[in-house]
Amino acid sequence: MSEAPNHTKIVVHSLDFYYGPVRALSQVSIQVLEREITALIGPSGCGKSTFLRCLNRMNDSIPNTRIEGTVLIDGLDIYRPEIDLPDLRRRVGLVFQKPNPFPKSIFANVAFGVNALGMASSRLDLDEVVETSLRRAALWEEVKDKLDEDARGLSLGQQQRLCIARVLAVEPEIILMDEPCSALDPIATLRIEELMRELKERYTIVIVTHNMQQAARVSDKTGLFWLGELVEFGLTSKVFTRPDQQRTEDYITGRLG
Amino acid sequence: MTQPLRTAYDREFAGIRERVLRLGELVDQAISRSLDSLQRRDTVQAAQIVEDDAEINELRFEIEEACLALIATQQPAASDLRSVIAAMNIVVDIERMGDHATGIAKTVIRMGDEPLLKPLIDIPRMVEIARGMLRESLQAYLDRDAAKAREIATRDDEIDHLYKAIFDELLEIMAKDPSSATRATYLLWTAHNLERIGDRVTNIAERVIFASTGDMQELNL
Repeated sequence: MSEAPNHTKIVVHSLDFYYGPVRALSQVSIQVLEREITALIGPSGCGKSTFLRCLNRMNDSIPNTRIEGTVLIDGLDIYRPEIDLPDLRRRVGLVFQKPNPFPKSIFANVAFGVNALGMASSRLDLDEVVETSLRRAALWEEVKDKLDEDARGLSLGQQQRLCIARVLAVEPEIILMDEPCSALDPIATLRIEELMRELKERYTIVIVTHNMQQAARVSDKTGLFWLGELVEFGLTSKVFTRPDQQRTEDYITGRLG
Repeated sequence: MTQPLRTAYDREFAGIRERVLRLGELVDQAISRSLDSLQRRDTVQAAQIVEDDAEINELRFEIEEACLALIATQQPAASDLRSVIAAMNIVVDIERMGDHATGIAKTVIRMGDEPLLKPLIDIPRMVEIARGMLRESLQAYLDRDAAKAREIATRDDEIDHLYKAIFDELLEIMAKDPSSATRATYLLWTAHNLERIGDRVTNIAERVIFASTGDMQELNL
């Protein structure tokens, strides 16, 4: 019984990225399938976060940077000038390393993007979006009785799930996660990982992590970045047991870092 | 670029490898002593082999526990993980070889002082080949030498060939003289234990290839 292969969501071809004269990414090509979790690993400074931020043009605002190559989402080049950036970032949401709730109520945090983009037609509509997003982020049961309380009163793990709910509220297709658990304790980390597995039923997820065991636990595919290059990319079960490249072997066995 | 980042892991795994070797030595000696007890018809020595098997069993469990602890605490990956898993598989086969040596010793005890049906010619030859295979397969494990493991596995054919020759010969003797059946069966059991030892070394060779390359393949089909 083989299922139909997932549609290719993201195609990156020969991507180069420069900070001034420094080339941070060179000739990165990768294909990300929809409704899969793709993990990017590699030592600090290897380019994996830079790469992640190329996928929703978060690097655009950094002065003196330059990008070459193509990034296609559903076949469309997201670096074409006519691309609507707020809409791109709605479709391709980003969850940061540290939970960054706004100094507002839990409700207002989730509703923020929906309001800003004028996506809800009524208060009733907005209530529903907030509830659905919090449910999908596995946070609803914990906060449903205190939606008006300040979001900063939540635990760090809850705050991170709130940030995920905030992303979900604007109906993204792709969720980028940059070290989403590095500030969390092991239980909160496992909760986020469980959540990621639920979310991949609907969304395409790309996660950058320093935690190799996390990559091994949650992802379908794993890519290793090294000095700005994508050294190896393949099925997680294979990468962690029989990698093709010696550099991957050395990195994941802790003999290169 | 390479820095000693996994010293704790390397140290613990080196300890496991040493104990796998030690287990192999104990079993190699058990096989050698079982032949010796058969040749000298020494039931006291044979009884000692049976008793000493407990040490082999104990060491095997000790190694398995050390592997489990290493996986749980150090999270090995890739070839490290394969080597630990291979160690866990290999010690099972080595320990079973010890049981086969014990099987031979028990036959010696059962034979008492009944005279041998025929001189021992092919059986010592089987022992020699099996012991060589065992020792070299463990060396191949240490060296992660898949080519060597493949070569070692081919030698199981010689053991199988000798077993078949012994089997045919004993069958013929029994057909001619049914009263020899009991004494023929003793030798047949002995040869059968050695034939099984050859199969176990082939399993080890398969695990060496897996640890070295990640390929899982059945050898000597």
